[in-house]
Amino acid sequence: MAHAAHPEALAAAPHAAPGGSFFHRYLWSTDHKVIAFQYMFTGMAMALIGAFMAYVFRMQLAFPGAAVPGFGVVSPGQYNALVTNHGSIMIFWVAMPVLIAGFGNYLIPLMVGADDMVFPRLNRLSYQLFLVSALVLLASLVVQNGGFGGAWTAYPPLSANKNYNLTPLGSSLWVIAVALEFVAFLLGGINFIVTAMNARAPGMKAFDVPIVVWTIVVASILFMASVGPLMAGAVMLLFDQLAGTSFFNPFRGGDPILWQHLFWFFGHPEVYVVLLPAMGIVAEVMTVFARKKLFAYKTVIGTIIATGVLSFFVWAHHQFVAGIDPRMANVFTITTLLISVPIAEMCFVYIATLYGGSIRLTVPMLWALAFIAEFLIGGVTGIFLGASGLDVYLHDTYFVVAHFHYTFFLIAVIAVFAGITYWFPKMFGRLMNEKWGKIHFWGTIAGFNGVFIPLFFLGAAGEHRRIFDYTTIPELGRPELQALRIFATVSLLVLLAFQPIFLVNFVRSIFRGPRAEKNPWRANTLEWTAASPPPHGNWAELPQVYRGPYEYSVPGRESDYWPQDEKP
Amino acid sequence: MLEHLVPSASSFSGDVDRLFLLIAVIVGVWFVAAEAMFFWLIFRFRAAPGQPAQYITGKEKRLKRWINWAHALVLVCDVVIIVAAVRVWVKIKQTLPPADLTVRVTGQQWAWTFTDPGPDRRLDTADDVRTTDEMHLMVGKTYHFQLVSKDVLHSFFVPAFRLKQDAVPGRVYTGWFRTERAGTYDILCAEICGMGHGVMTAKLTVAGEAEHAAWLARHAGDAALAAVDTPAPAAAPDTAGAAAHHAAMGHTQAH
Repeated sequence: MAHAAHPEALAAAPHAAPGGSFFHRYLWSTDHKVIAFQYMFTGMAMALIGAFMAYVFRMQLAFPGAAVPGFGVVSPGQYNALVTNHGSIMIFWVAMPVLIAGFGNYLIPLMVGADDMVFPRLNRLSYQLFLVSALVLLASLVVQNGGFGGAWTAYPPLSANKNYNLTPLGSSLWVIAVALEFVAFLLGGINFIVTAMNARAPGMKAFDVPIVVWTIVVASILFMASVGPLMAGAVMLLFDQLAGTSFFNPFRGGDPILWQHLFWFFGHPEVYVVLLPAMGIVAEVMTVFARKKLFAYKTVIGTIIATGVLSFFVWAHHQFVAGIDPRMANVFTITTLLISVPIAEMCFVYIATLYGGSIRLTVPMLWALAFIAEFLIGGVTGIFLGASGLDVYLHDTYFVVAHFHYTFFLIAVIAVFAGITYWFPKMFGRLMNEKWGKIHFWGTIAGFNGVFIPLFFLGAAGEHRRIFDYTTIPELGRPELQALRIFATVSLLVLLAFQPIFLVNFVRSIFRGPRAEKNPWRANTLEWTAASPPPHGNWAELPQVYRGPYEYSVPGRESDYWPQDEKP
Repeated sequence: MLEHLVPSASSFSGDVDRLFLLIAVIVGVWFVAAEAMFFWLIFRFRAAPGQPAQYITGKEKRLKRWINWAHALVLVCDVVIIVAAVRVWVKIKQTLPPADLTVRVTGQQWAWTFTDPGPDRRLDTADDVRTTDEMHLMVGKTYHFQLVSKDVLHSFFVPAFRLKQDAVPGRVYTGWFRTERAGTYDILCAEICGMGHGVMTAKLTVAGEAEHAAWLARHAGDAALAAVDTPAPAAAPDTAGAAAHHAAMGHTQAH
């Protein structure tokens, strides 16, 4: 599609104002890059809180009843609130803002050759709503009676009735925070889709768009199409909590299982909403550091779309034993296992891309390769859970916990590190330290596997979720199982101990790192043709696009890359 | 595999364990093959001076078939797993073999209560025996269980039976299992149900008929109590509407 001369809305936006006070430049800006940083830094701060929660409840599981350093003795109510909010924060306030909103905002205009998002003010409003939602969630943790403890899935009647959950304020604030967060991402999603579709640089056809932009746009469409039912559900839940309605109260004509359908109709596509952008980041990094064209670009786009469509038809695999019609489980087993076809195909394509490459194991490449290697574990263990006959046993055990951390940890941590270390020179105009980057990488990977491999065995042994002390349960309190729990907790401490290395490297490199040139990785995509860091408006003159994003090592050319905007 | 981690005590434990093994073998082969290929490619095509990368679009049929073959094989494996999984599922959840006895399992914050039909082997009669936090069954019998909840969602989880089913307030779920091996096992609640979720456990004793009869005799005094309390889940006055609403599919029926 031809470049639609940048919309009128843009011209009217408060655009060419690079000066101004700190407040206007960094807090009230409509610049997509500043908003991307706002999302990323807020997401990282929330990640620290979510990680602290994981530390507290893992310590409780390894050493039940002992005072956790930095927290104290954990009560059962606090334990429930910790696991609930760890899940909520890591998915809604870390994975979503960093991957979709952070990378989406930073990359889409730069990669499609636009000077900003199509709706810059809407973009600013999106972050402000998100910030409010984060503050409401944090407030919910410290109100009277404590934070909500009914799991991130918030199944009623427990979540709907304060006589059951005992946290009247915490539960309502939790629902309000989640609903506000959805509104924020709806606004962001509109921007991503419209910008990628209408504001591309002259010459950039749909199949010249980098994979990461495709994935973020498809993810935004999935989000917008799936979040409606859950928004309705959230309002109904809030009414049940505050106004005494009975949408989900079985004793007054409601149905608790209705919530589960509304929740998972959103909740399962949500997995792909964050997975797809992560896969996109990995594709960008892998092609650059293998100096290879992406294997079968159009097939990848096909798998992205197929995954997105199929993800709408698998939700009830979360409910096999919830009391739904047992015949439904057969249908959802089929759809769930079928989704392994496009996802496996995507993995095959990525592996095939390495064939014939010239692979450089830089820090971003290590993260991208680790994503694929670890994602295979997350993928194959999903098959166990999608198989209805086996899910009767494995549902709601730590096998599930281990499985989804082999997807979500990769998404929210490994892919994010790949993206940050790869685009860091563009974001801040400086390079990060490679040696410390590699030390951080190996420590994180070792710690991560040490935490979650044992959890597969614990889950297979029948360890059910959200229990604050297993040692009193005869079959689950066996010493060899407790030893696995302690191993997982110690691995978590190792994992956490390596993170300050990244933080120091990150902050230090922003101010003191060696200066980066415009295109330090010799990459093709358009963001590398802008200055590092790009100014407000990105380019003095918008680029013209002549070819696709992955023309690496084209035969007969002097250099092994061919930027999208280089004249033929 | 699973039987080494958790005892195996119901007639379908073995089916679930074999399904686990089947899937483990199939996905294990894929996993090892994919990782081996992946690491070999990284090693084989590591950057070396004078060895530029090749230009491969992946559009050629000759190359694309490497993806397409794998893709078709994944589909075949999926079909095998689906068939095996559905067979186990239908056996456990979608069929209801004739029962020797029927028991009632009631979840509430935060305890399991079990109603044994007593010496006359009929529920809701004066000789029912009701116990909290412990369940007693006879070995080698096919049981139906009526699963109910008085308040929030709970999930009746007996790892040794490979059985899990949510208890939904306002509904009576009827399921089954057949006890195969005597012993004591855990009963857990697998669905978060509030503050005391972690302590909502019970002890299951599966014993021979004589032993069970002796246990029943010891608890004969509890009968009157049990009679007063049934039917269990009528916690709210207007349950009837909700129950009728759910009187539909599968095992779920109005009470």
